[in-house]
Amino acid sequence: MRFAVIQFPGSNCDIDLLHAIRDGVGEEAEYVPHTATSLAGFDGVLLPGGFSYGDYLRCGAISRFSNVMSEVKRFADEGKLVFGTCNGFQILVEAGLLPGALQRNKNLHFICKTTELKVENTNTKFTSEYEKDEVLTIPIAHGEGNYYCDDDTLADLKANNQIVFTYASENPNGSVGNIAGIINKKGNVLGMMPHPERAVEDLLGSSDGLRFFESMVQNFAKETTEV
Amino acid sequence: MYNVKVYVTYKESILDPQGEAVRGAVHRMGFDEIDDIRIGKYFEIKVSKHEERLVEEVIETVCDKLLANVVMETYRYEIEEVKETV
Repeated sequence: MRFAVIQFPGSNCDIDLLHAIRDGVGEEAEYVPHTATSLAGFDGVLLPGGFSYGDYLRCGAISRFSNVMSEVKRFADEGKLVFGTCNGFQILVEAGLLPGALQRNKNLHFICKTTELKVENTNTKFTSEYEKDEVLTIPIAHGEGNYYCDDDTLADLKANNQIVFTYASENPNGSVGNIAGIINKKGNVLGMMPHPERAVEDLLGSSDGLRFFESMVQNFAKETTEV
Repeated sequence: MYNVKVYVTYKESILDPQGEAVRGAVHRMGFDEIDDIRIGKYFEIKVSKHEERLVEEVIETVCDKLLANVVMETYRYEIEEVKETV
């Protein structure tokens, strides 16, 4: 499986994502600049964390109009896998590929620490290698990770099992419904504030993030052999 | 030529933790009568006349798609026509 790691000006988790794919799960990954106008040859797209465009205006608001984002939208429309972590999640909601918005953390702090995440839905192409209700150790690092959506959207997310990850012990940022990560209705676009790519080495505290990428790879392999 | 002022503010239902922090500081200054502070964004935009597009339509599109995130924010704008100086 061949992944594109999109690099926006100000991305800073691109190297971690590339490492997670190449060294963690042993698949192919290439950097793709924000100016790119084609995603031909890629099977998955990864939007990294960081501070694209300096978080000017709102996090992700400017990146959304990068050249590559119209291609990412088309890629998503084709049903291919798109994953955004942290700033990548913010870009996905700004682009309208996922519902809701990400606000300033309730306590105003930039929070950088390890959190416990509960896997709410294992029936996705991103989480099939996890157990339902399994609790993962995954780091977070964000100032604007407070997920917000109106009551109707929240009800909709619940009804369609679109809430994939929730904060298990404490809610660090004030997110509605303890939401840490959601998926679109079609099941091919997932965004989350925590960083699974920073949890792929036991030596560095946790390897619970590995199975996230393994799920993507295995489901992609399954689909391509079925066709 | 138009001078446009755009104000983007949080919807009433949205918590504004930054505004609350400022309100706390204002109370520490001794002004207990200040009940609420909400922080928003203000834009000053200069727009030339366009043959095919109305300035209102342009501003609303720009606000809806970029300046405001309509999931949590609302906006209002004022348009002032200014005479070109030759």
